[in-house]
Amino acid sequence: MQTATIDKKTLYTYLEEIKDPEVPVLSIIDLGIVREVTINGDELEVIITPTYTGCPAMDLIAATIKIELATLGFKKVKVTTVLAPAWTTDWMTEEGKRKLKAYGIAPPNPKQHACSSHLFAEETVQCPQCNSYHTHRVSEFGSTACKSLYQCDDCKEPFDYFKCH
Amino acid sequence: MNGTLPYKTDFILSLADTTLILSQRNSEWCGHGPVLEQDIAITNISLDLLGQSRNFYQYAAELINNSSKEQGLKVSRPVGRFREADENTLAYLRKEREFKNLLLVEQANGDWAQTILRQFLFSQFQYVLFEQLQKSKDEQLVAIVTKALKEIAYHVRWSSEWLIRLGDGTEESHQRMVHAVDELWRYTGEMFIPAEYEKEAGIDFDLLKNEWNKKVTAIFDEATLTVPEKIFMQSGGKEGRHTEQLGFILAELQYMQRAYPNSEW
Repeated sequence: MQTATIDKKTLYTYLEEIKDPEVPVLSIIDLGIVREVTINGDELEVIITPTYTGCPAMDLIAATIKIELATLGFKKVKVTTVLAPAWTTDWMTEEGKRKLKAYGIAPPNPKQHACSSHLFAEETVQCPQCNSYHTHRVSEFGSTACKSLYQCDDCKEPFDYFKCH
Repeated sequence: MNGTLPYKTDFILSLADTTLILSQRNSEWCGHGPVLEQDIAITNISLDLLGQSRNFYQYAAELINNSSKEQGLKVSRPVGRFREADENTLAYLRKEREFKNLLLVEQANGDWAQTILRQFLFSQFQYVLFEQLQKSKDEQLVAIVTKALKEIAYHVRWSSEWLIRLGDGTEESHQRMVHAVDELWRYTGEMFIPAEYEKEAGIDFDLLKNEWNKKVTAIFDEATLTVPEKIFMQSGGKEGRHTEQLGFILAELQYMQRAYPNSEW
């Protein structure tokens, strides 16, 4: 593969193939963590931003980007992590939200509707299994930093909610 | 020589140490939480704090390494002059007296009430402090605290809810909260006394104290708890003078790197 002929669009299709290790249905593009890609001769730079500062998947994602692109013949790949502007769930693509729901994880509500600092407030979250809004929060913190635990009161199924951030 | 650089490095290190030590303390709950969901919650908070501390250590390492290059290694470095500083050397190879964390965060977990109160007092403080730091001229610092604030908002809400649940709960839970306040309140005073290296950090400590007091008092009221008045306050953590707790934490935290230097997995 000649890097000189690569264009951004093609590069993005390669990055589409790299999945979030914690939520393997989502690509890093769906998640909205790829902020910029620059092509400078045979040098590629991929700029990513973490969802949460402590997200342990970030090191793995950065390494995977390098390995995948190296396999495709790109030798000089730099992955840079930036913190600003801070990632928000609003950057998740619509396609990403659809995939999440199909996978059984409730996608994040739009930020302006959901991010509330009121105590004991509960977001209304739709059950990804039966689509009921008759659900309740089991815990604000879930199996990964980006999710909280809910349960559906109709179909009784417990589920993860990709929380608003 | 840029006179403010060592101050700035110390200030960033103090933020790193405080978040690391509280992360380490909270992580002791892993597998021991009162119920599974809260075990997961406290360890999630631990992970957020660890992420924040990594950002601060990485930034401090950059400042230390840059200043060493400029000064021809004349600037005192906390990790020995022959090794470049990085997040690991700063966390694993500094001694107790070099840690600048708040005394509050090194205190033992105690019961769940004590852990909740420690998190609550700290998260409320961290929130108002980081809001002020968001106005700093230091872009990297602003980026780190802006990112962190989104997470801290969750910590504040979670710990406030628990404070109210326990304080205004059963007779026993209330009693345990009162005991926790007795144990921990004395460590809150130093948060508002600027250390030497904080004097140029652009923090309005009076404003910080007022805002923190207002928030804490409001939740204490709801939790039917009384804010202590006129009690003796401990201080010294920010200058490296710690309670007996920190040495034990570091012994556990740093053991692997001390016993097997440079080991990785």
